[in-house]
Amino acid sequence: MIFPGYYKSLEKIADFVKQEAQESGLSRSQIFAVENAVDEACSNIIEHAYGGEGLGDIHCTTLSDCKGFTVILEDHGHSFDPDKVPDPDISAPLRERKAHGLGYYMMRQWMDEVKFDFHDNRNRLTLVKFKE
Amino acid sequence: MEIHNVEYKHCDLIEVTGRIDSSTAPELGEAIQKITDAGRFKIVIDMSKVEFISSAGLRVLIATQKNCRRYNRGEVVFAGISKYILDVFELAGFTPLFKFFDDVVAAVGNF
Repeated sequence: MIFPGYYKSLEKIADFVKQEAQESGLSRSQIFAVENAVDEACSNIIEHAYGGEGLGDIHCTTLSDCKGFTVILEDHGHSFDPDKVPDPDISAPLRERKAHGLGYYMMRQWMDEVKFDFHDNRNRLTLVKFKE
Repeated sequence: MEIHNVEYKHCDLIEVTGRIDSSTAPELGEAIQKITDAGRFKIVIDMSKVEFISSAGLRVLIATQKNCRRYNRGEVVFAGISKYILDVFELAGFTPLFKFFDDVVAAVGNF
C-alpha cells in the first residue's frame, strides 16, 4: 500500500496495519504495540526523512510467517543514522525532560526487531513483532 | 480526534476522544494553550475515550505540565486512562510526572 506523506495519513496507515496484524493472529496488546511503532516510524519519515508534509510517499508492506508479523516501511527521503540518536533519559525530573527524542526509543521498545537499510536512494525500515 | 472543554470554578476539564498523533496533537496543544493563556493552570484531561497516543501527543502533555507547574500555579492531571494508554506513559517514563485518577469526579476533586 502507498500512502501520501501527510500526518493525516497516519490513521489510515494504522487502520491498514491493524487489520493485517489481526489477520496474522497477533494479540490485542501486540497489535497496539505494532500500531504505536508504525505511527512513530511514519511520523519520523514525514518529519525527518522528507522534512515536512506532502514531499513524498510512504510504502507500507506487511508479511506474516511462523516467526511473526513484519511491517516494511519505505521512503525516498533523507537517510537516517540510528546510531546518532541518543536514548532519552526517561527518569529525568520534569524540568529536564526534552520535548523530542522519544519516538525512535519507543519504536524499539514496542517491537522485537527494528532494522534500517539504505541503498539506491531508498530507506527501508523493517519492524518485526514475534508471535506469542 | 474531538476535544470538549468544561470550565469549572477550580479547574478546567478537557475531554479528548479518538487518536492523539502527529496529525491531531497540535490541535490539543492549541486547546490547552487557550486555557493557559487565560491564566488557568489547573487542568484535568479526561483520557477515557482516547484510543491512541504517540510521542507527538506526549510532547504536548510534557510541555503543558512544565508550563502549569511553573511557580507552583497548577498542574495537569488525568482521569480514566485506559491500560493501553497507561502503557505508553510508562514506556516514556511519564507516570511519575503526572497524577492519575480513576474518573473525572476524583480528578476534579483534587483541585
